[in-house]
This record gives sequence, structure tokens and C-alpha cells, in this order.
Amino acid sequence: MPGEAVELEIPARAEFVALARLAVSAMAAADGELADERVDDLKLAVSEACTNAIEAHSAIHTDERVVVRCWVDESGLEVRISDRGTGFDPSRLPDHPPVTDPARLKFERGLGIPLIRALVDVVEFSSSGQGTEVRMVMRHGDNGSADRSSSNN
Amino acid sequence: MDLGLDVTERDGWAVLSVTGEVDVYTAPKFRERLIELVSEGKYEIVVDLEGVDFLDSTGLGVLVGGLKRLRSHDGDLVLVCTQSRILKVFEITGLTKVFSIHDSVDAAVTVSP
Repeated sequence: MPGEAVELEIPARAEFVALARLAVSAMAAADGELADERVDDLKLAVSEACTNAIEAHSAIHTDERVVVRCWVDESGLEVRISDRGTGFDPSRLPDHPPVTDPARLKFERGLGIPLIRALVDVVEFSSSGQGTEVRMVMRHGDNGSADRSSSNN
Repeated sequence: MDLGLDVTERDGWAVLSVTGEVDVYTAPKFRERLIELVSEGKYEIVVDLEGVDFLDSTGLGVLVGGLKRLRSHDGDLVLVCTQSRILKVFEITGLTKVFSIHDSVDAAVTVSP
């Protein structure tokens, strides 16, 4: 992790997700290289990843903290969100019915990871039985492109 | 961070104006307010998102749940939203095809339920 990285450990509780968003948007503001709209996209992705992390801790009743690390290098702004939950397989998320299907309304959850994938330039999920790390990058001078990948360890 | 939830009446519709940030922390309060309205017999609801600064997938979940609940009463839940950063969340998830989204409360309430 580069020297100027910011590391934030948040209690795994819902009220702290806003703090993670605030920290990342402050880093983006200090960097000054991302357009406002891209900072909004990153905040949303951070919110989704932190929500999943907190729910992963809640599911196993652990009071361990969720770790948010963030740094800037010449290529862009990187955020890593780590939890100590039981992990998941990002390639095996259930598909939602098409939006035109009335059955779509049965799905109130499960939109977080598709949102993250759509919002950030690079996303990688490293997940095992010991926890999950979500790595997200917003590239400088990029208006949003593909190269979104997933990996499992 | 606080979530504002103000209800007014307009041409037979209940208008729920949401202000602030909707995330995993505030979404339960939003969900409860919608459920309360339904239990009061309000089956045509406009959710005005113009004062929302942030909305993530937990907020979308509340809206999807509300729509499902209202449809089961032959009612409807329609949205008011013109902010591009909020609309984007609906666009990415395909929910622009599920919700009727209007530019103003006036426009929303003139649509027949």
C-alpha cells in the first residue's frame, strides 16, 4: 500500500457506511483528477461494497471492523474494502428476471454488485472462506470504460 | 445524517418527499414510512426524490418492495426524479422500465393510477 494511503477501520454497522463514502470522496477531492460525476459513481460503489461487508459481518455475528483503504497514484484512485465474512463466489450470483417480467419485483436485493461493476473502471473480488476484498479503481482521465474483471481465490 | 420523510396529499395521491441520503442505515426508516402509508389505506403514492442527495441499492430495494406492496392492493407507486446522478442508478439496474418516473409532482399526479 503506497505511503500516502488512507486506511479507515469502520465498525461493521450501517451508520458507518456514510463515513466510508465521505472518506473516499474527500480523497477524490484532494486528488482533483476525477470529474464530479465519476466521484459520485465511486461513492455509490463504495457504499455498495461497504454494505455487503457489513452484512457479511452481521451474518456471522462478528464485531471485527471493515477496512477501507484508499490511495492515489498516477493512474488513478484505488479503493480496497476488506471484510472477514465467509466470502462468496462473484461468478455465481443469481440472475434477476428481466425488468419487464412481473417476477422482477420479487427481487429487492442483489443489485449492489451489478452496480459496482457498472460504475467503476476496474473491479476485482477476491473472496475466500476467510473474507472478501473488493478492489475498485477509477482511472484518471478515463470517462468510464470496460476492463472489469472478477477473480476468486 | 438524517433522512427527511414528509407526506402531503395531492389529488388523491399521497406524496412522500424524501430528503437526505438513502443507504443501508436510513433505508429501514424509509421502508417503515411506506408500510405505514399502505396500512393507512394510501394505495397511490408518489415518492418525490428531488431532495435526495444519495441513493444506493438499499434505497432501490425499498422502492421495489413498496411498488410490489402497492400493486398487491391494485395501487401504484410512481417517482419524481430529475437528478441525473439518481436517475443513473435506476438506468443501470433497468428499473427505469419498472417505475414510472416523472419530472414533477404535478406530472406524476396527472397520470391515472
